[in-house]
Amino acid sequence: MTMPATSPTSPPRSGPETSPTPRSGDLVLTGISKDFGGQRAVDNLDLTVPEGAFFALLGPSGCGKTTTLRMVAGLEEPSAGRIRLGEREITRLRPYKRPVNTVFQNYALFPHLDIFENIAFGLKRRGVKDFKPKVDEMLDLVELGGYGKRRPGQLSGGQQQRVALARALINRPQVLLLDEPLGALDLKLRRQMQLELKRIQTEVGITFVHVTHDQEEAMTMADTIAVMNAGVIEQMGTPTELYDLPATTFVANFLGQSNLVRATIIGQADQNLVVDVHGRKVTVPLPRCRVTEGDVWMGVRPEKVFLARAGTEQSNGANQLRGAVVTDVSYVGVSTQYLARLPWDQELTVFEQNTGARDTFTVGDAVDLHWQPSHTFVLDAEQDARAGVEKVDDPGGAG
Amino acid sequence: MTRAGRWIRRNLIMMFALLVLLYLFAPIIVVMLMSFNQPKSKLSYTFDGFTWENWQHPCRPFGLCDAVSTSLRIGLLATVIATALGTLMAFAMVRHRFRGRSGTNLFIFLPMATPEIVLGSSLLALFVSSGFGGQLGFWTVLIAHVMFCLSFVVVTVKARLTGMDSRLEQAAMDLYANEWQTFWRITFPLVFPGILAAALLSFSLSFDDFIITNLNAGTTVTFPMFVWGSAQRDIPPQINVVGTAMFLLALVLVLGGELTRRRRVR
Amino acid sequence: MSAVGQLGAATAAPPAKTERSGRRFTAYLLLLPGGLWLLLFFVVPLVSLLAASLYDPNGSIESGFKMTWHFQNFADAMSDYARPFGRSLWYSLITTVFCLVLGYPLAYAIAMKAGRWKNLMLALVIAPFFTSFLIRTLSWKLLLSDNGFVVDALKWLHILGPDGRLLATTAAVVTGLTYNFLPFMVLPLYASLERIDPRLIEAGGDLFAGPLTTFRTVTLPLSMPGVVAGTLLTFIPAAGDYINAQLLGTPKQRMIGNDIQRLFAAGAYPTAAALSVTLMAAIVVLVLFYVRRAGTEELV
Repeated sequence: MTMPATSPTSPPRSGPETSPTPRSGDLVLTGISKDFGGQRAVDNLDLTVPEGAFFALLGPSGCGKTTTLRMVAGLEEPSAGRIRLGEREITRLRPYKRPVNTVFQNYALFPHLDIFENIAFGLKRRGVKDFKPKVDEMLDLVELGGYGKRRPGQLSGGQQQRVALARALINRPQVLLLDEPLGALDLKLRRQMQLELKRIQTEVGITFVHVTHDQEEAMTMADTIAVMNAGVIEQMGTPTELYDLPATTFVANFLGQSNLVRATIIGQADQNLVVDVHGRKVTVPLPRCRVTEGDVWMGVRPEKVFLARAGTEQSNGANQLRGAVVTDVSYVGVSTQYLARLPWDQELTVFEQNTGARDTFTVGDAVDLHWQPSHTFVLDAEQDARAGVEKVDDPGGAG
Repeated sequence: MTRAGRWIRRNLIMMFALLVLLYLFAPIIVVMLMSFNQPKSKLSYTFDGFTWENWQHPCRPFGLCDAVSTSLRIGLLATVIATALGTLMAFAMVRHRFRGRSGTNLFIFLPMATPEIVLGSSLLALFVSSGFGGQLGFWTVLIAHVMFCLSFVVVTVKARLTGMDSRLEQAAMDLYANEWQTFWRITFPLVFPGILAAALLSFSLSFDDFIITNLNAGTTVTFPMFVWGSAQRDIPPQINVVGTAMFLLALVLVLGGELTRRRRVR
Repeated sequence: MSAVGQLGAATAAPPAKTERSGRRFTAYLLLLPGGLWLLLFFVVPLVSLLAASLYDPNGSIESGFKMTWHFQNFADAMSDYARPFGRSLWYSLITTVFCLVLGYPLAYAIAMKAGRWKNLMLALVIAPFFTSFLIRTLSWKLLLSDNGFVVDALKWLHILGPDGRLLATTAAVVTGLTYNFLPFMVLPLYASLERIDPRLIEAGGDLFAGPLTTFRTVTLPLSMPGVVAGTLLTFIPAAGDYINAQLLGTPKQRMIGNDIQRLFAAGAYPTAAALSVTLMAAIVVLVLFYVRRAGTEELV
């Protein structure tokens, strides 16, 4: 899919006026807060989205991500703070004066207009005269050529989603906002659209801000992710950074899974910290520790942990926890997922890839756990170890 | 149970429903038949003979067409006023948050729940005590009609408005339409069927009203009043012509609306 | 000035304290014309009526009425007209019950069983409404007449004796009343039934024994708002009706509406007003009692 090399958009008629400003620029939110009645939905948020990035705002429902998006779109007014696009302050501008377009969660296609009119809507409001060829081109691009005369009610969910995208993109906004646009699609279609969206963004170069509760989706598509919880950003960075070195228990649990074990820092050796885990010693590289003394959570991801028969010696300087018993085995094709209970009555999760070269274990086996120290991370013990854990009875997100 | 028995049991409710519909339509059929009636004498109200004359000379009975014209004029005027005012109120109720909203809701509902005799007599009491007792006529009837149609308009338009996704208007503004353009291009077309339904309802309520009108009309005669008057004396068959015509017109409008709705996608 | 035009004007002003205050102002503006109309021509008249019921009954339209706080009017009215009064309430009660019995299956059929024909059936329910209801009631006069086929059929079925008649009886009046108010029962019922998620009924069928139990425990409670709205919209206007009684009945079936109308026409305003107020009061009491028992508050 390629975007047409159209000329730069002329200033919209009912669009941004004021003094001439550079077209491009970063999206900067400073100290943004939003109160609804007595509830603080967004709390003193600072955020910079680099121009041309695919940015994901990730978090469970109710964390304030959609509210933040709507404030950027102009559909909500911030209670405090400023929003800047490049050099221009847009905090109080009406939505139709901002060079920002939104793809809504339920698509919000106008039911009384046909597809052609839906897509042409923004162009016509801005006074663009020769919109017909542009709309036709856009229809072809989203592979809905010939559907122009149909009504939204006659299209499938996936088709409606593409129309919503076309309707927004055709205006070449500086920032495209996407509010969980793939939520209503089935799995296969969702995966397909994720790749297509990513491809479009790379070719067009427009800044995308994508709001979602699906961490896999965010990690697949985004260059930068900001994880939000209860109105604040817990951590922001590349998918790798976030996954490999979470800053809080929320991020550790919300992205993938983590084993978090109560521990205490007891000393330092070279560039590593020595941590006491229920009587056993574990080393953690200093850069991977968020706190350097006192009680902590020692964390390691399940897929980084290996099981060995009890008593087997590990020779490569691995961290070890001995004396565990396998309490559950789940075979899921790609991997086998174990639960191992340790002597202090905590069950840790271990994912072993079914390479065929590893031992398999059954319930009741006595095992030792081992992993590379560079895969460990240390977090402040003040944090809630259950934060961000996806509830079993909450299918639509981390709850 | 036999096959027939099972069929009956499954469709029992529908059969009963169709019987009720028949009950609803029986008088209409009578009205339509009677419009072709040639009464033997002025006093009989039975089917005596078939004739096209009634349809050819609908205005023969003295005062009938004047009464119909009066009803039409009042109906159209009352509809325009009630629909306009009621639509504004409906927008206020649905799209804005303000103190006393539920109280206003009740206030609007009250006229619908008051017996017509009370509505009519209270208005008469007002007119008399404020000195207009001698000027009952077209305008007092109009005032009364707008009053009781308002509530129905508000309820009908409200129903349509609440069903409307407000995100459509947000999407429009996101796509560079200002408030005015958003209203005319998005809100109004989508709420229009509700406004139209409210107008039709309003017109039929007004045209058909008797009790309130009778109390407040003075010497003016509307069509229902004419019917009432003739029921005490002789009933010209042309009354049924008007009745049938109204019914057919309404049927055409309702079916026409349904067909246009089916042709264009919801 | 359109609604949104006003909204636009309000929000285009320099940043308001909150967006709310602008919208609230617009709301009041929108409500003003209609609200004023209702205030002037609904509330004030009711007050007028209340005042008129306390006038000196010895006045007349020509000589004017004097306000003497004559509460005696109520006592007099009730002693003279207690029977038609009670009869009106009784008739409207029977009518409401009949409307419910006839209307509920119809509404149920349209909402649940009609499928593609749903809108057509709804149109058929509403369409008779567009013919003048006086004319329709006159047609009942014809249908129920002594030599009409309905009476003949009933005589043939031995439901009516050989001398029996339908016209000029309570049955005729109630038939007319039921007929005229049936759409007012069916439409709210339909609206309420239509909103019920059919999967709830399926779940009921899954958990309970038979369709009757499912209806009793799932469908009926969920349709209660419609039942309440429908019964109110039927009972209240029926209580004040007099057309059916006059056209289809005899002075024995006289309803209070007849008397109020007659008294107003004759100029006996205080008595007529007193009756009107009493009727209104009785209805309000009954409705409050009923709504409290039925437990639903959201009617519109």
